[in-house]
Amino acid sequence: MRVTFTVNGRPQEADDVWEGESLLYVLRERMGLPGSKNACEQGECGSCTVRLDGVPVCSCLVAAGQVQGRRVDTVEGLAGEDGELSAIQQAFVDAGAVQCGFCTPGLLVAADELLEHNPSPSDGDIREALSGNLCRCTGYEKILDAVRLAAARTGQGV
Amino acid sequence: MEFLRPATWQEALAAKAEHPTAVPIAGGTDVMVEINFDHRRPDHLLDLNRIAELEEWETGEDTVRLGASVPYSRIMAGLRTELPGLALASHTVASPQIRNRGGVGGNLGTASPAGDAHPALLAGGGAVEAESVRGSRLIPIDDFYTGVKRNALAPDELIRAVHLKKATGPQQFSKVGTRNAMVIAVCAFGIALHPDTRTVRTGIGSAAPTPIRAKAAEEFLAAAMDEAGLWDSGKPVPPAVAKQFADLVSGAANPIDDVRGTATYRRHALGVMARRTLGWTWQQYRDHQGSKSCA
Repeated sequence: MRVTFTVNGRPQEADDVWEGESLLYVLRERMGLPGSKNACEQGECGSCTVRLDGVPVCSCLVAAGQVQGRRVDTVEGLAGEDGELSAIQQAFVDAGAVQCGFCTPGLLVAADELLEHNPSPSDGDIREALSGNLCRCTGYEKILDAVRLAAARTGQGV
Repeated sequence: MEFLRPATWQEALAAKAEHPTAVPIAGGTDVMVEINFDHRRPDHLLDLNRIAELEEWETGEDTVRLGASVPYSRIMAGLRTELPGLALASHTVASPQIRNRGGVGGNLGTASPAGDAHPALLAGGGAVEAESVRGSRLIPIDDFYTGVKRNALAPDELIRAVHLKKATGPQQFSKVGTRNAMVIAVCAFGIALHPDTRTVRTGIGSAAPTPIRAKAAEEFLAAAMDEAGLWDSGKPVPPAVAKQFADLVSGAANPIDDVRGTATYRRHALGVMARRTLGWTWQQYRDHQGSKSCA
């Protein structure tokens, strides 16, 4: 089947999509957007997190056909057109929140959404917002630092 | 495989009538796992995401008609007062990403004994609105779960909504798992006080082939509280009564040993959760009584 939807602001079309295929597979294998990572395929790890009509979801659990006509935003859409990193991306770099990097795209999408709705989150808010994203390297402390840093910088900018 | 994409509820019912083996998919948090892991290859997937009314709820005088696809994140945020037990249970579902997609209709359709919503639904009380091209019917929640991952739906029926009694008293939910987020219940317990009828209802998850109520425990507690005049006096529940209630809840369970826990552990944990949640709800009831008499 054919699926047409908006990815990072651009209309996209995928042909010959298998009916049981996930949105994650379409993004990675058909649209050349491998930023969203494929790990558990059962919604446990959050490394495939994207936003569907603005809402963070596991793209491995969305059937490709379900996104017809809808808006999907992936980690590739965070940086500016000129490649300038977004606030949360820069904060991850500066705080040393990245080790192997596999969980990072999902965490960036989840953290970006948190800060969009809650510009000065408490530690509890951050932990809850990121509770669907597993990291096996960092022990999370640097990730929490990065989100606090992004929140502080964004707050200063306003 | 064919992907059916009805634009309206009527179209969805017609598609289900034409293809009774079609698997409905809404949040996808159960169905896609099975497809990703090659555990299931349905002939037809029936996508319900385009049917807006499934994601809405209506609040009546005594009940909430909760659309089957209202995501857990919106139940948590919007129905804390009307359905406190279900709101608490919703908050324990997996992760934010999953709560943004999954809803009660999926829990009911899958009918896993570990579904987080079930204990709250059983304790709060209500009925499942099932519909087909033949018509609509309300299945009492007590009659809905018929076996391990089996329910009372006919092959041509879809879940439109659940009709849930608005809370008339405190409700609590407790779940045992190895961590706070993204955990399937080792076992779970829901309790709802119903001061309007002077009854208590319960729900047990992950400790029997289906979600169940602990009816002997409910009846014992209602009788003991009545006898001691506790609903009027608001006095503490005597420890012996709480203990007997906990023992009866343990006894109602019919758990198995599996990778998540042993039957013995599940029975023990249920007793602990029953005692604790009774304590919490009763304290809430007493606080509410106290604030009423002050005002």
